[in-house]
Amino acid sequence: MVISRALYFRRRLANMVFIVLSVSAALFGLVWLTFILGELLKEGISALSPTLFTEMTPPPGSKGGLANAIGGSILMSVMAVAAGTPIGLFAGTYLAEYARFGKLAFVVRFVNDILLSAPSIIVGLFVYEILVVPMGHFSGWAGVAALTVIVIPVVVRTTENMLLLVPDGLREAAAALGAPKNFVIKLVTWKAARAGIITGVLLAVARISGETAPLLFTALGNSGWGWDLKAMNEPMASLPGVIFSFANSAYDDQRALAWAGALLITATVLALSVIARLLENQKRT
Amino acid sequence: MTDISLSDNTPQLTALSTRVETARRAGAGDTRFRLMALAAALTVLAIFAGVIASLLIGSMPAFKAFGFAFITTEVWSPTRERFGALASIYGTLVTSLIAMVIAVPVGIGVAIFLTDLCPRSLRRPIGTAIELLAGIPSIIYGIWGFFVFAPWFQEHVQQPLIDVCANIPVLNVLFGGNAFGIGIFTAALILSIMILPFIAAVTRDVLETVPSVLKEASYGLGATSWEVMWKVCLPFCQTGIVGGAMLALGRALGETMAVTFVIGNAHKIDPSLLAPGTSISASIANEFTEATGELYRSALIELGLLLFVITFIVLAAAQLMLRRMERSKGK
Repeated sequence: MVISRALYFRRRLANMVFIVLSVSAALFGLVWLTFILGELLKEGISALSPTLFTEMTPPPGSKGGLANAIGGSILMSVMAVAAGTPIGLFAGTYLAEYARFGKLAFVVRFVNDILLSAPSIIVGLFVYEILVVPMGHFSGWAGVAALTVIVIPVVVRTTENMLLLVPDGLREAAAALGAPKNFVIKLVTWKAARAGIITGVLLAVARISGETAPLLFTALGNSGWGWDLKAMNEPMASLPGVIFSFANSAYDDQRALAWAGALLITATVLALSVIARLLENQKRT
Repeated sequence: MTDISLSDNTPQLTALSTRVETARRAGAGDTRFRLMALAAALTVLAIFAGVIASLLIGSMPAFKAFGFAFITTEVWSPTRERFGALASIYGTLVTSLIAMVIAVPVGIGVAIFLTDLCPRSLRRPIGTAIELLAGIPSIIYGIWGFFVFAPWFQEHVQQPLIDVCANIPVLNVLFGGNAFGIGIFTAALILSIMILPFIAAVTRDVLETVPSVLKEASYGLGATSWEVMWKVCLPFCQTGIVGGAMLALGRALGETMAVTFVIGNAHKIDPSLLAPGTSISASIANEFTEATGELYRSALIELGLLLFVITFIVLAAAQLMLRRMERSKGK
């Protein structure tokens, strides 16, 4: 047998090049990403202070905090999740439990996946058209509506995926004991899929807490903040919205606030994703 | 009274009738529950239909005024009320294209590193880091791009690039002009960093579905890692990777905040990639709240409609590919 040294060498060389390239790809990715996080930490931490949580967003040239933006973001996110989760849960249940192979389910699944990755700025335009124009002004409610539209597809997708992981034997056993279908779903499959569904909701919260584009033309922004529901009827500040308007500011104070807000949002989003992952892993073991 | 006497005489009958009653109530509950689920599913469809309808209605005035010429005109002049989408469409397509050219090979490289080359103990932390970074909100990329990346890029990459390319034909046009820092190319690079973790995560998930028997068989025949990856794993995962890349493209096309910060907001098509430009989403985000006049606003909504149509086509194709892959996996 003749061993072609040239061929052997070529194959070894190609392999080396391949390994070097993919290792450097990984390094390339990690370097950028640490660069971003590092800069965010550096700029954000130096801008952190207790007054962030107690004072309102300042007019140009003076000091202030982000209290109204933080409050607005939390309020709108909580309401959007409260409104979007039941709809998403039931729609996901419909797909997994009632019409797994039906034509309607196929269409809903397809449309849902499109909505899941559709540009969020489109959602802002949609809510602007159906809520802001008829009401005549920007409002916290419109912001909630826009965020709800973003929550629903996320919850639908995870709910369906998680319910499909529940073995059919469980459903059949419950049905054989005489449980009507809604009992089977409520007491057996939802319970079995609970951790996964909660993960989905957490991911939805993570997703909307950083959303900016859909809030620009719905909630707009506000330099004040009221603790009653009437405030929902007014334009409402949000963290991402404040970052967007302050980042281009000529004043250092406002730019520092933008960085502080960016750090807060990123910390929230990353914490939520970590909790979601922990829950998911717990379920697997 | 009759109830009691009945139960006195025939206990089984009562038991039966209570059971029938319970079953009937449960049945009614069943119908109600199913209808609620159905209604929720229809809500999803209604939102989708509502999005299309509202965009169509909103863009009517602009469509009536400009017709299809809207897509092919570059002029964007709010003061003269003349609007054309060409510069925005150009910016959206070019930034996404450049981003894909960079992010797809690098993303696949990262995924290969994670599945095959990375030491086992590092696999989970690096994988998790990449997944978490895919979740960082786009406004963070935007603010970082604007304050940190663009100035650095202007000084250390753009200026040298312009100098080097100054006497090379074609390149001196593509990379000509002044170093602004912000611009189409900067936006494209930031987009590529944003979609990189996404492509890496999808590709890694797909690569993990390759049966180990296939890999072991090829290693057994003496193949190198490169040959196993290139001739066995990647062909096996082709559909999944292409589907994942299309999903990423869908994101890149619609990405708003990161692009808005760094693209420069100039409604013109410049032959130089370093020049400021605009994209559909950046135009809408920047101008919508300030748009006065029905026609201006309607033109921006028509831009939104165009973006929706473009992303719909890309995402629908991605869906179909991923579905096909899932089905063939099921066999």
